[in-house]
Amino acid sequence: MKLDARVPSGPIEKKWEKHRFEMKLVNPSNKRRYSIIVVGSGLAGGGGAAAMAELGYNVRCFCYQDSPRRAHSIAAQGGINAAKNYRNDGDSVRRLFYDTVKGGDFRAREANVYRLAEVSVNIIDQCVAQGVPFAREYGGLLDNRSFGGAQVSRTFYARGQTGQQLLLGAYQALERQIGLGQVAMYSRHEMQELIVVDGRARGVVVRDMVTGELETHLADAVCLATGGYGNVFYLATNAKGCNTTAIWRAYKKGAAFANPCFTQIHPTCIPVTGEYQSKLTLMSESLRNDGRIWVPKAKGDKRPPIEIPEDERDYYLERMYPTYGNLAPRDIASRAAKRVCDEGRGVGPTGRGVYLDFKDAIARLGKRKIEENYGNLFEMYQRITDENPYEVPMCIYPASHYTMGGLWVDYDLMSTIPGLFVLGEANFSDHGANRLGASALMQGLGDGYFVIPHTIGNYLAREKFSPVPDDHPEVVAAQEAVAARTKRLLAIRGRRSVTSFHRELGKILWEHCGMERNRKGLEHALGQLPGLREEFWKNVNVPGSGQELNQSLEVAGRVADFLELGELMCLDALERDESCGCHFRTEHQMADGEAKRDDQKFCHVAAWEHTGDGRKPNRHVEPLTYENVDLAVRSYK
Amino acid sequence: MRVTLKVWRQKDAKAEGRFVTYEASEVNPEMSFLEMLDVVNESLALEGEDPIAFDHDCREGICGTCGVVINGRPHGPRERTTACQLHMRSFSDGDVLTIEPWRADAFPVVRDLVVDRTAFDRIMAAGGFVSATIGGAQDGNTIPIPKEDSDLAMDAAACIGCGACVAACPNASAMLFTAAKISHLGLLPQGQPERSERVRSMVARMDAEGFGTCTNHGECEAACPKAIRVEFIARMNADFVRAKFTAGRRESGLAEGNG
Repeated sequence: MKLDARVPSGPIEKKWEKHRFEMKLVNPSNKRRYSIIVVGSGLAGGGGAAAMAELGYNVRCFCYQDSPRRAHSIAAQGGINAAKNYRNDGDSVRRLFYDTVKGGDFRAREANVYRLAEVSVNIIDQCVAQGVPFAREYGGLLDNRSFGGAQVSRTFYARGQTGQQLLLGAYQALERQIGLGQVAMYSRHEMQELIVVDGRARGVVVRDMVTGELETHLADAVCLATGGYGNVFYLATNAKGCNTTAIWRAYKKGAAFANPCFTQIHPTCIPVTGEYQSKLTLMSESLRNDGRIWVPKAKGDKRPPIEIPEDERDYYLERMYPTYGNLAPRDIASRAAKRVCDEGRGVGPTGRGVYLDFKDAIARLGKRKIEENYGNLFEMYQRITDENPYEVPMCIYPASHYTMGGLWVDYDLMSTIPGLFVLGEANFSDHGANRLGASALMQGLGDGYFVIPHTIGNYLAREKFSPVPDDHPEVVAAQEAVAARTKRLLAIRGRRSVTSFHRELGKILWEHCGMERNRKGLEHALGQLPGLREEFWKNVNVPGSGQELNQSLEVAGRVADFLELGELMCLDALERDESCGCHFRTEHQMADGEAKRDDQKFCHVAAWEHTGDGRKPNRHVEPLTYENVDLAVRSYK
Repeated sequence: MRVTLKVWRQKDAKAEGRFVTYEASEVNPEMSFLEMLDVVNESLALEGEDPIAFDHDCREGICGTCGVVINGRPHGPRERTTACQLHMRSFSDGDVLTIEPWRADAFPVVRDLVVDRTAFDRIMAAGGFVSATIGGAQDGNTIPIPKEDSDLAMDAAACIGCGACVAACPNASAMLFTAAKISHLGLLPQGQPERSERVRSMVARMDAEGFGTCTNHGECEAACPKAIRVEFIARMNADFVRAKFTAGRRESGLAEGNG
């Protein structure tokens, strides 16, 4: 396997423009002769499907939800970055690019990040044109706020529901194309297998989740925009349905999986309360604009927060990172929270929590302003915890939230399987070892609206396609593989629920491949996981049949894939014998406890190639070169 | 705490449904309502029974996937709260909870508590958008929008498309859902060029899908987890009347333009 990123030559600020000119175009009247499959209907998938349909391609879009409007992009709260410099505070495309590369601890590909920063301004314009109701100032112009890892205000937002409003914009564009007959939408359809014919991605096998029927869809190219795999930890801020199956099937068909161990643990989530818990809820990073994070200075201080005087509180982020304070990047803020809790200074019923306090902000700005900015988040917090954050500080703790790793893609967003494109969180491309807040929405829409519509044409125009017959051996093999797997899951009828396996997997990974990792822990996890997987296939209980709506079967298929992915994550974490961004190996830290990179050995992307079940995958390397930023020690002090 | 559940079970769209009673004996008040169902389902599955099918996804009140009628109220007893954010502390030990799917002809039952809401998508496809082709939009700050308009548009745009309004309405009307989108786009300058056409097409589609009409009960607003107000229905009606009056003029204008 050869990893060729195909980054265009020339100065970084000219690469995308030059590439767009050099790419082959498909004649407008020929576009209708091509068919494209898009799996996923979030910002990347829904946006991409709409954009490609507008160009005239025939698009089929699939999602597991009952409507494309429900993709998990909808849950993003805080905002979307764009280098508009509307604040006149020194922002620019180059600064957004720099912040993103630095935020990712120098483990992202420069050229992709620069392009992302470039198209960020187009995204805002496009969304405004669609009628996205961004927050505005009294003069009628767009408002901004700050997010972690940046010293400029470049985040656009729509109350605490930015993801919802951006997704509805993309969904509305998609519905318009559905109405025009340019997109055929298949909701409640879940991808089960990728079809590769003569080395190129040519289709998918999907399950109709209502009837259980397996359907085969063939096309000229396939785009996966199926989001991240944060649910591998079981407890995560992801929607319950988010899964790795689409990209995992593609991995097993030959697409390289890059940096699987780069998983983001978000610092501000509502803590776990009990074993029955099914998910964790994020409290937007935007809250750190005005909320101050603290724990008691003394260990085991059980007094209620309002009884703890100022001089007995440790505002540890402000103390440790005076320049960025509470707006330190997510990986740093999460690790700091874990450490104070490990020291025995955590708060809340379990001792795994820290305070996020708005007392000073309310005194400074008034309750009304806080309510205007964060009202819905405060309400959500109160609904879940039964506590009023206007009166008592919120209690928060880190949780699995986002995955920077994903399928490896080149500059055109094409995986190592020709014709298989990967968009949004499902790919690995832009965030390196840590994603900054308000950058996921930017990447999703950037990939969907402004990158894939160009690069897909470049692929289609260069290739020749003849129809794949329905009975082609590869098609039949893919169908049979899915049918056999379903049959096998249903035949076990064991004694353990699917969820119990998922929970156990999550605990192993959270413990050994979460916020801190080390050789011993990872080796221990790698020792445990094969046994858990084996037990799953012997003792899982999946009731019902394959010819009906069967939610247990859906979940079982996803957990089976998570069980395999978890092992690859640990392997990747073990082999990356350095600390960088989210990947903190306790063996590699500075004297002050910060991540210690090893640029000599690990300034690269690790992309894993599947070599068969039960065999160790091959690790390939794409070296990262930094020509436009200095490879420096990341500092937020 | 302990609660008794009377749950609507229906094998598929064609099968006849019925209520089945289950005892949930180890309920923690801190559990969400859906987590309580998860626990019931885990034990059903291990006993070899089909678990209760229900729709859910984000479990934080924003995706609009979940939604069941609990004791006659869509999303249950708590105001402005989706079923996924409803916690068992809202109920008392010994309560009997009757759990049903949304009931509306336009939302056929798929299985148990799962219904088919694709009619909402078809209403959206009929005109719930601004035809702003991707690429080349002007700078976002070119058109200033008064904050009050933008805020009001956002109030309407907050709709999560869950369908509780339809389930709550004695006529199974989808007017709150449709009006929210028409108001969101109609309040913004970007939505003006297609404003009349939008209301005509979306209302026509809504009627064709078999939703009832609005008779001003206001149950929809009371059930809406996002507190979308019925005043948006008044806005939609006003737009609809205006569109009727301007229809002929606009179409003849178009014909002249084409000539």
